[in-house]
Amino acid sequence: MTARGPRATPAAAAAIVAALGLAACSPATTEDTSADAEVPTGEGVVTVLAAASLTEPLTALAERYEADNPGVTVRISFGSSTTLAQQIAEGAPVDVYASAGESALDLLPEDVAADAGRATVARNTVEIATPPDDPGGVSSLADLADPDLDVVLCADTVPCGKAADEVLTAAGVTPNVVSREVDVKATLTKVTLGEADAAMVYHSDVVSAGDDVRGVEIPDADNVTLVYPMLWFSQDPDVVGFADLVRGTDGTSALVEAGFLAP
Amino acid sequence: MTTATPGASPEHGAPVRRPRPGLSRPGLSRAVLLVPAGLGVALVVLPLVGLLLRTDWPRILENLSAPLVWPAIRLSLLTTLATVAVCCVLGTPLAWLLARADGRAASWLRAVLTVPVVLPPVVGGVALLMAYGRRGVVGAPVLELLGLRLPFTPTAVVLAQVFVSLPFFVLAVEGAMRGVDARYDAVAATLGASPLRVFTRVALPLAGPGIASGAALAWARALGEFGATITFAGNFEGRTQTAPLAVYVALQNDPQAAIALSIAMLAVSLLVLGLLRGRWLR
Amino acid sequence: MSLDALVRVRRGVMTVEVPLAVDDGRVVAVLGPNGAGKTTALHALAGLVPLDGGHVRVDGATWAGDGVHRAPEDRAVGLLAADHLLFPHLGALANVAFGPRSRGVDRRSAERRAREELDALGVGDLAGRRPSALSHGQAQRVALARALATDPRLLLLDEPLSALDPATRPHVRAGLAARLRAYAGMTVVVTHDPLDALTLADHLVFVEDGRVVQEGSPAEVVQRPRDPYVAQVVGLNLLAGVGSGTGAGDAVTTALGPVVTRDGGADRDAWVAFAPSAVALYDERPHGSTRNVWSATVGSVELVGQSARVRLLVGAAQTPLVAEVTAGSVAGLRLQAGTRLWAGVKASEVTSYPR
Repeated sequence: MTARGPRATPAAAAAIVAALGLAACSPATTEDTSADAEVPTGEGVVTVLAAASLTEPLTALAERYEADNPGVTVRISFGSSTTLAQQIAEGAPVDVYASAGESALDLLPEDVAADAGRATVARNTVEIATPPDDPGGVSSLADLADPDLDVVLCADTVPCGKAADEVLTAAGVTPNVVSREVDVKATLTKVTLGEADAAMVYHSDVVSAGDDVRGVEIPDADNVTLVYPMLWFSQDPDVVGFADLVRGTDGTSALVEAGFLAP
Repeated sequence: MTTATPGASPEHGAPVRRPRPGLSRPGLSRAVLLVPAGLGVALVVLPLVGLLLRTDWPRILENLSAPLVWPAIRLSLLTTLATVAVCCVLGTPLAWLLARADGRAASWLRAVLTVPVVLPPVVGGVALLMAYGRRGVVGAPVLELLGLRLPFTPTAVVLAQVFVSLPFFVLAVEGAMRGVDARYDAVAATLGASPLRVFTRVALPLAGPGIASGAALAWARALGEFGATITFAGNFEGRTQTAPLAVYVALQNDPQAAIALSIAMLAVSLLVLGLLRGRWLR
Repeated sequence: MSLDALVRVRRGVMTVEVPLAVDDGRVVAVLGPNGAGKTTALHALAGLVPLDGGHVRVDGATWAGDGVHRAPEDRAVGLLAADHLLFPHLGALANVAFGPRSRGVDRRSAERRAREELDALGVGDLAGRRPSALSHGQAQRVALARALATDPRLLLLDEPLSALDPATRPHVRAGLAARLRAYAGMTVVVTHDPLDALTLADHLVFVEDGRVVQEGSPAEVVQRPRDPYVAQVVGLNLLAGVGSGTGAGDAVTTALGPVVTRDGGADRDAWVAFAPSAVALYDERPHGSTRNVWSATVGSVELVGQSARVRLLVGAAQTPLVAEVTAGSVAGLRLQAGTRLWAGVKASEVTSYPR
């Protein structure tokens, strides 16, 4: 996953379509037509917009949900939480939205957010990622102050960037930041490609990258905890069923396996 | 986007004249051409109109003074000018040699140079990292010998822009130079002109308009470059955050600043293309 | 001997092989039909086309051949083509000065030289004009000035007058002839117009299918063509024949049968030639012992002023001949395609010479 750029195109297109007032879609596109809300109808499409850091566990859970409910299709688009919230505000079709951090939720229109079902599905902490051979010699947060290091952070407009800034400010560390990438996966990619000496990402990203990166944990005292709220905008049984799976025990264990903390 | 088309088509169908009840055959066949043509125009024009409509005009100056706007515009102007300069200096001789070569090697070279035109820019950015990154085939020795790191620098922005716009430039200029009668080369040579003098004194002036339009194309392509830049050069305000990157980032927390910056880019592009159209473009 | 060349260039299935020798101050014309390889030979002399064999030597120095290939800019040549090919972005003076400037002459001297050359060709007053503001004839003179301004050893003219309209052509031809008389170097002019060749050249070389079919002085070639193409160019009827004996009055056997000539038929193989104007046409077989008389069919009639060129198919073999008769004869004999008549030529009008 090195290609982040094309995300711009759907984002811009969605913004412009909405700007023209030509897309009359409301955020909740699926109507609750079934009287029996307990059993998935087995005919629907569940559209999920989710933070990039949730890519692995949500993909696995979606496949599992599709296998358990033949005929249901779960479509997931991963991206920066703020970009996705922006798209929802501009009228992009969505049934389920999972954000990294709660700050992006402020971008959702109030009426949309108020009617939605809501649950916290996971938590995450910030962690330093370095290339496996650790060319910069990073073993603690304080080491990031070395001006010879090339450090990459998420943009300050997205949750992972906000969280990283918070951690650095609290610790009084000013690293040599060479780039602020548009989302957490792009940030991590700069490390896996060896272009940066260190990046500040989520613990779950370090876990999912496996041997491609080396993680340097930040003590809880200096760290921040990021909450992953999930919102669902429809009472359609397919949608509710998927939301229940993610926030249930199976969902939690999949998320924990992927490096997240239980909610 | 499909919702946009039914609203637009009756307007464009209207000019078709109906001299008799029912469409005459020429009228009908003209409508058959006008409807798709009108839809095509609508698909291009409507997003631009949308951008203009959604702009908060009374506060556009305020929005343009958002902190990320001017560094991005300044960086975009500087890097695209550098890109055009590199294209002219390297691309013009290349276009000339290609225009006058007709071997198998030349057609292969032409095909290779066309690749960035069809390659997704992000893939280009990855390729640039593999070449000029800290561990790249060129980047690693450069870092080791000179201590220079290319990614995350304005130089990387220029490299990314050159990668995507040089092919446009070379293809456009080669076309113009093919249009220069080869017999002028022959006459100039018999008059004692070396190949270099033929290039500077005959090919360059005669292909001047083609070079100008090639430069305009390359500049426009460089100005809009996003994927290769963000992948290879990263995104850092004032250093590698060009205007398109700033638009993308600003869209996340300050959409009006993003729209204002888009309007500024649109204005600059139209201004430059308008000036060139008057002078050189046909 | 100043130019000594044997140009051998493969052109698809054809191989152009033309030997050329030109002395200082002399003009050689290369004539031939379209596609004969004339321009290829010229470009090989200029260095624009590499030789596949042979050589080009000028003043003893090898320009091409023996593993040598001098680039055009390293040969002292001037080239003038049918299209003037003046650089459209430069004025007339700058066009002419381009050559000296390219050869390292300073700007002032180059422009002085250019002005002299333009004056010599009578176009000095056009020095400031762009090529687009010149007539064809003026542009061609400026182009000639440009070719000569580098003082080339070898001046190459490729159909120099063919693109001009008939009204302009004689003036430019006269100017060209005058300038060439004053030019000390060697000139090779390629043309398919016999008038250019006869008025400009000292020596003619006829090329067909890449090969030289005849060469000689204009007077020699005009009187004694040795090839059907050459005969057509110089406007003579030419027949190949076999001599039957010696002494005046003896006939030469040709495709038309025995032809009585004023020169007799001394050699076994001979050419027989006579002018179209020597051919007389009759509607009945004429009587008289000194005439060569054949039955003929009119192929076509072409009126040129007061005279007419009549293409005939003569004898059993339908051999083509051309007759030139008065417009009055055309009317009197009611000549038109298909008319059957008799053609006669006096023996005193027929020459024969060894083949």
